[in-house]
Amino acid sequence: MKKIRCALIGSGNIGTDLIYKIKRSPVLEPVWMVGIDPASEGLARAREMGLKTTAEGVDGLLPHVLEDGIQIAFDATSAYVHAENSRKLNELGVMMIDLTPAAIGPLCVPPVNLREHADRVEMNVNMISCAGQATIPIVNAVSRVQGVGYAEIVASLSSKSVGPGTRANLDEFTYTTSSAIERVGGARKGKALAIINPAEPPLIMRNTIYCLTDEAPDEARITDSILRMIGEVQQYVPGYKLVNGPIYDGNKVSVFMEVAGLGDYLPRYAGNLDIMTAAATRTAEMFAEEILAGKIKLKATEVA
Amino acid sequence: MSATQSLKGRKVVLHDMCLRDGMHAKREQIGVEQMVKVACALDDAGIPYIQVTHGAGLGGNSLQHGFALASNEEYIAAVASRMKQAKVSVLLIPGLGTMKELQAAFDAGARSVHVATHCTEADTSPQHIAFARKLGMDTTGFLMMAHLNDPAGIAEQGKLMESYGAHTVYVTDSAGYMLPEDVRARVVALREALDPATAIGFHGHHNLGMGIANSIAAIEAGATRIDGSVAGLGAGAGNTPLEVFAAVCERMGMDTGVDLFKLMDVAEDIIVPMMDHLVRVDRESLTLGFAGVYSTFLLHARRAAERTGVSARDILVELGRKKMIGGQEDMIMDTAMTMAKARGLAGAA
Repeated sequence: MKKIRCALIGSGNIGTDLIYKIKRSPVLEPVWMVGIDPASEGLARAREMGLKTTAEGVDGLLPHVLEDGIQIAFDATSAYVHAENSRKLNELGVMMIDLTPAAIGPLCVPPVNLREHADRVEMNVNMISCAGQATIPIVNAVSRVQGVGYAEIVASLSSKSVGPGTRANLDEFTYTTSSAIERVGGARKGKALAIINPAEPPLIMRNTIYCLTDEAPDEARITDSILRMIGEVQQYVPGYKLVNGPIYDGNKVSVFMEVAGLGDYLPRYAGNLDIMTAAATRTAEMFAEEILAGKIKLKATEVA
Repeated sequence: MSATQSLKGRKVVLHDMCLRDGMHAKREQIGVEQMVKVACALDDAGIPYIQVTHGAGLGGNSLQHGFALASNEEYIAAVASRMKQAKVSVLLIPGLGTMKELQAAFDAGARSVHVATHCTEADTSPQHIAFARKLGMDTTGFLMMAHLNDPAGIAEQGKLMESYGAHTVYVTDSAGYMLPEDVRARVVALREALDPATAIGFHGHHNLGMGIANSIAAIEAGATRIDGSVAGLGAGAGNTPLEVFAAVCERMGMDTGVDLFKLMDVAEDIIVPMMDHLVRVDRESLTLGFAGVYSTFLLHARRAAERTGVSARDILVELGRKKMIGGQEDMIMDTAMTMAKARGLAGAA
């Protein structure tokens, strides 16, 4: 079966984990990995896994996009360079999946709004943040049943799984995730809290989701909606698990989740990283399925 | 020369916590008027720094940490406008509070900040420390749960905070677990590692009754700033009781610049009558200190115990075993529910 050919930008942990996930996909094929350091371990590993590599950034990839038929690119670099990467690749008709906090395209949480983005043939979608991917499905599962005036999420991440970029820019993480709880989760006001725990052995990613419903919560319908949503996320993150709840206390709904990763390249406790790569892969697959079925066609953006 | 003599004439800067750490013990329910009354009395007693925010600091108003009666900006503005000599300080924990909130606190009148991270995660604070300095605030890097990092590790983390711009680095005994030798070793390591111009502070909790002794040990090792709260109003068994500490300092010939009798009056006449429960070493707060658990977990554990039927002490010991840290208050109910399930108790659901 024909597969859609992909490029990975950023040869760090996320990019490397993506190779494993994309290789497993029936509709995606990883072809290029782009780095900036010729000596990087990630590029060496990508070559070992059969990918073509360049250490010259996105500019090193551009001349090969058309001849190698690249249609989807994943950007796991940084918010600072994403916009330029995206512009250059979009001009060649490559659809961009943004794993940085840049968020220049619409925010995507697969079980909530991926279908809409595919139907609109968005050329750039943003994967928000790990905490966003892990918690927004639950907020949405409540808000699709009844109005949620306020939703708050608490993400506990193991110290080893949080890279220097996130550490130095924690406010960005807070703002991006809080805003996505509103825009994608459907709460009128959102708040995100992050805790980095250094315990050894590292703790599995935990997420607690609190929602305040406008009216007394319809417990049976909300519980059912949450369980269905968990099932949908489990299709691409099998380790997405309900630990306790939902519990109801007045208008407050509390849900206690954990996310174990698949352990591809990243260790299992780093469910926070895994859910990002898994959601990004799922997003690419949906676009790929539509392209292969002839339902959508990616178009190069006009050169400004 | 005895330690007592060697400390004679030493200057110690006191920082009162009862309107911030004390918010935990009051379930965040101190009103604006009451805060102003306490702060004015502390100001009058000569306390140079008074911390005023939600117990969890800036951004603290949340389902996770409870909602206070007023916003942080309202509390800060009301207090700051009335201070004759005291500076108003705030707590900021990155991941919870943001620079936007620090700007708002500064605009409301805050002039000092504790930028707090877990004792191994100082590298989550560079933005906030640098921003506080840019605002011209007295800036502290506050290493919480300091018993969970060894002296060399604390020195390394403190050095990072200093490199971001912190004027002062604190050893913060959030669990009230440390003994004087633990405090001394960490302060000595910091003193060796940091620039001589960088000050060192100690923030204690009284869960093992060691608040005063630990603070003295910190000063002996080179600390010059001490957090405490009048009448000990704070999380767990409370902070180092500040009026008691001031009396000890006076006996030892140290210079705190505060009026001891006025401070004693604030404790007795204002703070103690405010308490919902007597803040003291009891079965659960002792468990915090013994098991090394974040002091703020106390009242949350009591609530989780009520709902699940698992005792608060058992919950706290389990949280210590699972190495939960400050900010993970959600894991208290979660842990209690998991324990209740395992024990076949009705409160599991």
